[in-house]
Amino acid sequence: MTPKEETLLWIAQRASAAVLALCIVVHLATIIYAVQGGLTAAEILGRTRGNTAWLAFYSIFVLAVAVHAPIGLRSVLMEWLGWRGRSRDRVLLGLSVVLAWMGMRAALGVFL
Amino acid sequence: MKKESAYWVFVVHRVSGIALAAFLPLHFWALGNAFEGEIRLDGLLAWTEQPLVKLGEWAIVITLAAHLGGGLRILALEFLPWRDWQKGLAAAAAALTLAVGLALALSL
Amino acid sequence: MWKGGAEGRFREFDVPRHPSQTVLDVVTYIQRVLDPTLAYRYACRVGMCGSCAMTVNGEPRWTCRTHVDRVVKNDSVSVGPLRNLPVIRDLVTDMSGFFDKWARARGQFKPSRTKKDDVARVRPQSEDRRAVDAGIECIGCGVCYAACDVVSWNPDYLGPAALNRAWTLVKDERDAGRIERLRAVAGDAGCHSCHTHMSCTERCPKKLSPTAGIAGLKREVFKSTLRGEL
Repeated sequence: MTPKEETLLWIAQRASAAVLALCIVVHLATIIYAVQGGLTAAEILGRTRGNTAWLAFYSIFVLAVAVHAPIGLRSVLMEWLGWRGRSRDRVLLGLSVVLAWMGMRAALGVFL
Repeated sequence: MKKESAYWVFVVHRVSGIALAAFLPLHFWALGNAFEGEIRLDGLLAWTEQPLVKLGEWAIVITLAAHLGGGLRILALEFLPWRDWQKGLAAAAAALTLAVGLALALSL
Repeated sequence: MWKGGAEGRFREFDVPRHPSQTVLDVVTYIQRVLDPTLAYRYACRVGMCGSCAMTVNGEPRWTCRTHVDRVVKNDSVSVGPLRNLPVIRDLVTDMSGFFDKWARARGQFKPSRTKKDDVARVRPQSEDRRAVDAGIECIGCGVCYAACDVVSWNPDYLGPAALNRAWTLVKDERDAGRIERLRAVAGDAGCHSCHTHMSCTERCPKKLSPTAGIAGLKREVFKSTLRGEL
């Protein structure tokens, strides 16, 4: 990878981190509030079904995760497992796609 | 070699990140089951009422808070002009984690 | 005391204890009286040159500035070569890799004027100059490099000293090599691999903060990329 490409990865990592920080604060606050007095599917789905605001929120959340997690793992794989080069990056790209797909499936699952 | 607090914040940050990356596919899979409808999701939620699972959930939230705390510290160190007090961000990260953990523990 | 090359072992020596004794005094005594084959480096012995850097009880430090009283445990002190560098023999390491990385980080000043031009006017209190002054006192002793875990995990990592020097040059308004230098320090081998463990800042005998410099490099590389310069 060129210095510019590696810098862009770093930028993507920090930008997605900032987005996730906001998403997580909302997510944790929601969880802590919703968990009061037990939780049922009806309660969850009652909030999320047909709610485009929640769908938009979770979509942004999922996409930020799909960017942030693989880039984060990239350093770990290189430094702690000695895995370098193209093969590592291809596997991580695959992970990104998997996370995005599973995440959007979940977001749509509670929306539809 | 003796390690300063910044090193431990790093270790917590990295290990929590790995744990979250491992947990998320499960989380997405569980929620994706809502496709199958309310009954399937309720069945899953009933399973999560077990004490061990509740403990696991709490651990996951703590892990998330720890990772967030460490991450905010990095963003501060990298984007704000350097100041000596930034060394104390390790403590701030730990405090944030504790606060979230308590909040959740009280509500569970 | 470490004896041997990369393959070697710790050997025990009994050394008379004196008040105000430094670890360098101990090493010197061993070489002069007990084992003339012991290889080690020193020069000024007063904390100015950085040549005597070694691993004492697991920590990299200047042995001339380490009093035995401060580090002795159960009447013994362990001394070995600096970490992260190939061992030539006993306490002597091959520092060429350390200085090669300095060069790879473009840690050399590139002039923008000739002797025919006026002298450059640099305000000492300007923010840029203060940033340079905060990091310029590095004497290349290698303690930070030995302390850094990322250096041990990633053999390509340029390391705190080289990156700190690059930072002082990036902030030097007289220097003309900015873009090539930022290109040299960006990426996995450069500033982006610093995980802010801060071992370098903690151990630097000159009280410099390579962590601060490297964070500064991240910001400069970021701005440069946004401007399309990189």
